[in-house]
Amino acid sequence: MNSRLLSIIRKEILHILRDPRSLAIMFIIPIVQLILLGYAATTDIRRLNTAVYDADRTMQSRQLIEAYRASDYFAIRYNVGNETAMAELLDRGDVRAGIIIPAGYGDHLAKGKAAQVAFLIDGSDPAVASTAFAASQSVGQAQSIKILQQRLGVDVAQLGGIEIRPRVWYNPELKSASYMIPAVMGMILQFLTTLFTALTIVREREQGTIEQLVVTPIKSWELVVGKVVPYIGVAFFDLAEVLLIGVLLFDVPIRGNVPLLLVLSLLFLLTTLGFGLLISAVARTQQEAMFLSFLVMLPGIFLSGFFFPLEAMPWWLQAVSHIIPLRYMLVILRGIILKGVGLPPLMDQVIALAILGPLIFMAASLRFRKSLE
Amino acid sequence: MISIQNLTKQFGATVAVQNLSFDVDEGQVFGLIGPDGAGKTTTLRVISTAMRPTSGRVTVGGVDVTRDPGAVNQLIGYMPQRFALYPDLTVLENLNFFADILGSPRAQRAALLARLLGFSRLTEFQTRLARNLSGGMQKKLALAATLMHTPRVLLLDEPTTGVDPVSRREFWDLLTEVHLQNVTIVISTPYLDEAERCARVGLMYRGQLIACDDPRTLRDEMRAVVFEAQSEHALRARKLIEQGEGVLTVSTHGDLLRVIVDRAERAATIQTAWQTNGIAISDLRAVKPRLEDAFVLMLTADGRPPTVEQNAVSRQRSAVG
Repeated sequence: MNSRLLSIIRKEILHILRDPRSLAIMFIIPIVQLILLGYAATTDIRRLNTAVYDADRTMQSRQLIEAYRASDYFAIRYNVGNETAMAELLDRGDVRAGIIIPAGYGDHLAKGKAAQVAFLIDGSDPAVASTAFAASQSVGQAQSIKILQQRLGVDVAQLGGIEIRPRVWYNPELKSASYMIPAVMGMILQFLTTLFTALTIVREREQGTIEQLVVTPIKSWELVVGKVVPYIGVAFFDLAEVLLIGVLLFDVPIRGNVPLLLVLSLLFLLTTLGFGLLISAVARTQQEAMFLSFLVMLPGIFLSGFFFPLEAMPWWLQAVSHIIPLRYMLVILRGIILKGVGLPPLMDQVIALAILGPLIFMAASLRFRKSLE
Repeated sequence: MISIQNLTKQFGATVAVQNLSFDVDEGQVFGLIGPDGAGKTTTLRVISTAMRPTSGRVTVGGVDVTRDPGAVNQLIGYMPQRFALYPDLTVLENLNFFADILGSPRAQRAALLARLLGFSRLTEFQTRLARNLSGGMQKKLALAATLMHTPRVLLLDEPTTGVDPVSRREFWDLLTEVHLQNVTIVISTPYLDEAERCARVGLMYRGQLIACDDPRTLRDEMRAVVFEAQSEHALRARKLIEQGEGVLTVSTHGDLLRVIVDRAERAATIQTAWQTNGIAISDLRAVKPRLEDAFVLMLTADGRPPTVEQNAVSRQRSAVG
């Protein structure tokens, strides 16, 4: 390899090693992010705080409450004596759901009449509410069937009808960590490479060292490649780090081919490094570079399907999401890690990245000129 | 060795250098002086290929800086005004890095490094991070880094600004060593005593070259007389004669008055003026004109506002200390 390129790489590695703060950011932040997001960004809703107002106090009403408790969706924290007390608990956010069993519930059931139960749900967080809503219905229906069976003295299953047997693929326990961690990998790769590429180039300008560099016979591409290569190394190190923690701490299954994952990651890195270069061409100070990096990355994260499914977004946002490389990388990461798929089902994503990467990189290289102006 | 013809450099609407022309002979030490914002740095940056000229032609060793910047890079060593080496690398790592990218041959590397470290008196500091060097040592390191590929031309942008007097002298000793190897040197400086050490001096003002000659000629051609006097009321003394006939400039430095007049006979008139106004004066004497006086006069001529130049030059004077 070209000796000028090598000496730039060597110099850049020295910069990285001599800066303990950046080192910490590079190697510790991914761990922190992964652990935080792995645990916190969970959509698994279990054991919602629930209040009960049982005005009936019969065996039947106790059976219903027990059925809700046993479902594991609701944790009965409060037994209140009237509706006002329940409303207060909901207002304060102490409970997310409330079950009101009116007096006469057991009596109605015993007489073979329809009995009503009110189920209050705090709808301020739609994700929580929809889970509570579905659980309130399914638990109630199951309980209802049980009561019918007892009355009729037959097994409902013997009567025919439709029986749905759902089988969840890829992530049978529906653990959100399994879904989130591959995405966190994509985000960390993007964060590190975009931000640090931008910073390392802007730093040369900010501390004035670029003035010494531009009068040497060094070529622009040598400077850019030499600066970027060490960060690709860092990115892969982080990728391995995150995979390892994902497996050890969160039991994320790695079902697919890891070398394929690495090759496709490289394709993705071309786009993120390109963004870093573009930012460095615009930003004058490291602060500006940092600010711009976040400005580019944040909408990218929301429009990539990281937290929210793209299919649910309005058409124009979906259209915008097509220029966001992370969107494709997340499909690749989740596909390989979680579904264990090979290259063929990911071809669309690979092609998109293969077009975007060189495009962004070229735009950035054009903007990056070896000159003081 | 360097030829500049009608160089103009604009940044948007601002003209930094306007229609500049001068030549520097091989092996010559050429000084560029002038107040801040005169265009010295821009001129050096264009010669060094760090910036492209808006118009005009600049050649180094016969090579056009716009057409073949790569070849010019091999010929020159450029030391920017700001310390432009890596603060988080050691002395040795910095030198090695620049040797690598300047393409200095590996075979003679060790010998060259040893020689330049010895030359810049940095041998015992070679493992120290550049950021932990003193200002003077940083300048010497930067100079050594520009010499890693034995350039034929050295471009130095205010290399001694902000450096203590001892280090300044040391730096000039180093420059003399380089000069003895027939290296052409262009140096910009705010210190006029340094300018007097150059074979030729160019005075820049607002992007233009106002004078360009050897320092002695510039001084001798000044048809003016300089005298100094001591007074406890120097400011009042100055006010009194400033507008007087034949008085070119008056400056004060503490209780010292420095007066430049067009003819020697003016001294008597001025002395009378002071006496009649009751300003006690002592030790009035004619002194040898300095290069600085010549420049003050050149800048105050042509109807240029004198205050600006005086400020600029007094900044230089205080820097000379």
